[in-house]
Amino acid sequence: MSSDSSHNVSYLDYKGRWKGKITSWIFSTDHKKIGVLYLFSMLILFSIGVLFGFLMRLELIAPGKTIMEPQMYNSIFTLHGIIMIFMFIIPGLPAIFGNFFLPLLIGAKDVAFPRLNLLSWWLFMFGSLLAILSVFLPGGPVDTGWTFYVPYSVRSTTNVFPALIAAFILGFSSILTGLNFITTIHRMRVQGMTWFRMPLFVWSLYATSWIQILATPIIGITLLLVVMERAFNIGIFDPSLGGDPVLFQHLFWIYSHPAVYVMIIPAMGIISEIIPVFARRTIFGYKFIAFSSIAIALMGSLVWAHHMFTVGMSPTAMIIFSVLTFLVAIPSAIKVFNWVATLYKGSIQLDPPMLYALGFIFLFSIGGFTGLIQGALSVNIHIHDTSFIVAHFHYVMFGGTGFGIFAALHYWFPKMFAKSYNMKTAKFSFWTLFFGFNVLYFPMFVMGWLGMPRRYYDYLPEYHIYHFISTIGSWIVVIALVAMFANFIVALRKKEKFTEENPWGGETLEWKTSTPPPLENFDIEPVVDSHPYEYKMNEPDQDLLKEEGTK
Amino acid sequence: MSQVNEQTIGHVHRDDEATRIGMWLFLFTELLLFGGLFIAYAVYRYLHPHEFMMAGKELNSFLGALNTVILLTSSLTMALSIAAIQRNKKNLSIFLQVLTLILALGFLINKSFEWSIKFSHGIYPGSETLLAKGSGEILFYGLYYTMTGLHAIHVVIGMIIIGVMTLFTIKGTINSGNNVRLESAGLYWHLVDLIWIFLFPLFYLIL
Repeated sequence: MSSDSSHNVSYLDYKGRWKGKITSWIFSTDHKKIGVLYLFSMLILFSIGVLFGFLMRLELIAPGKTIMEPQMYNSIFTLHGIIMIFMFIIPGLPAIFGNFFLPLLIGAKDVAFPRLNLLSWWLFMFGSLLAILSVFLPGGPVDTGWTFYVPYSVRSTTNVFPALIAAFILGFSSILTGLNFITTIHRMRVQGMTWFRMPLFVWSLYATSWIQILATPIIGITLLLVVMERAFNIGIFDPSLGGDPVLFQHLFWIYSHPAVYVMIIPAMGIISEIIPVFARRTIFGYKFIAFSSIAIALMGSLVWAHHMFTVGMSPTAMIIFSVLTFLVAIPSAIKVFNWVATLYKGSIQLDPPMLYALGFIFLFSIGGFTGLIQGALSVNIHIHDTSFIVAHFHYVMFGGTGFGIFAALHYWFPKMFAKSYNMKTAKFSFWTLFFGFNVLYFPMFVMGWLGMPRRYYDYLPEYHIYHFISTIGSWIVVIALVAMFANFIVALRKKEKFTEENPWGGETLEWKTSTPPPLENFDIEPVVDSHPYEYKMNEPDQDLLKEEGTK
Repeated sequence: MSQVNEQTIGHVHRDDEATRIGMWLFLFTELLLFGGLFIAYAVYRYLHPHEFMMAGKELNSFLGALNTVILLTSSLTMALSIAAIQRNKKNLSIFLQVLTLILALGFLINKSFEWSIKFSHGIYPGSETLLAKGSGEILFYGLYYTMTGLHAIHVVIGMIIIGVMTLFTIKGTINSGNNVRLESAGLYWHLVDLIWIFLFPLFYLIL
């Protein structure tokens, strides 16, 4: 049915109607190329975010002024938050690995709406550039914190306006990706790919996409209302005109709390892919893991006000939100127990993807448990707005989602680029990152508990030692990240091609096509007749051992 | 519909059902976008019931009702244009689409009359006349301009979409066998209509 030219052509070589090197990428509607575009644009943005975080920590190494003025510091923590949250952590896994692997995992040729997919990358780039541009426009970089709380975001004379519009556009891009994925999962599964034969990463993308669709419009309208408030004084959030700033916080967190699950659920999906492959065992409790993603998506939409326990809500509302917050821990714990049960009696191989997956479980558990501490009403009053919360969400977002992204990158990199990276460097960067991460963020738990407020430019001398240790940790993290990225860059520049179809011995469909995948993903359309993780329990696979030996 | 398929395979992958799912999901996000505003309306109406009533009485319910009739009629002509193309009546479909556009334009003209009358009375966000009033009335007009303004933007977007669809119909790429794009445009137009059906009573009728 198709001409020979499209068969066996690697997606990396195919140019289509665009002959130029760059145009064949940025105008391509191939989901794999779009995934790679997202990967590189997001890693650049991530590096900028890391740089801001690094400068912030450097400023805090000693009390008083170290390298920058307070106004600069306010802008830097705001930009760190906006970039990391809106441009890396929220869209990261769905946009990069969802785009690249969702069609492969369900045996499809592309997503349901390829042109819409390209549009969402363009919107993403436009929004990101606008946010970056707002740094250099007259007025100065935005200094409201990534949460844009009113009334300050209405009064601040910095470039809040472009930052708000940028966040709105990024939300639009996120919605389009979400509706594209839902439609793809409903309509494009290959023959035999029933709902319960879908890989767990696909389930997690499905849950995530629903949250993106249901929650993102709310932040869209909320940010637009702040724009209106700034431009026309409509009064909705302005107490002097009768408006209520707390309403802003409600509307903001109705989106932004579920968004936390947009960040973490796909990472959990990645971990569910990696653990069975490297433990050589069928995943334990497939349906429970699949449905717990949906359960997190549903319950996570009903807990937003736990960000607002100190604004003066009614005690009844606070108790309800606190109880619901505790309940979300159940589906998360179901996942963790199922992963650990999968590892039990498995023949575990500690390759880099697996190391990151195990690192995820460890760090996410710490982040999750400290989340429960904050969910308790009385304790929350004590640690509200301290660096305890900063440590908590970095353990969940960086230790969780960040490690999930790195796990996925190490797992799928050979398939995506047909290049192999150096295992030793990868393991070195993992252990350095894991160590540096804990040195960087664990002291924040301690000083937060002792009362160190978050976002402060200066602090009392008794917090000095913790800030000092934390800043040392930030240097170790930067070294680890540089080592990791250098490893990938060296791998990409290698001449020799890596063409092994299935280096890790995975059972899902992306390993059953050539490396790199051909233009339309599969030369022969696959037929699925079993579950995604059918490993012979506890029996070493002879073919696989041979493969390992030759590696 | 990928570039790949179009170029190398020679048949275009088309899945009307997927297009419908995608469109309905998008409409859902639009409802939620307005949902945030409806929440704000509910909260402030609950806090200032009397002032909301006072402010609502100042709106011209005749012009509001006229616009409701115009918009409902345009939804009818839009639906008929889809039925016409499915029955292979190309010219009738084009006529009905153009009629929809004319009605939409009428809606906007009427709306601009309404707004400019309010403006000439000095009632607009941030004006001295308005700031002298109670906070309930300030919020009412803040919401009124925001919600009807956002709705008007949607009317304009809908007109652009229908205009493009009309061009496609004239070119013949939308025809009796392939009209899911016109159908999706129709769904969008009904959404614009639906939101107005809620805005009209909230601002003009519940007094």
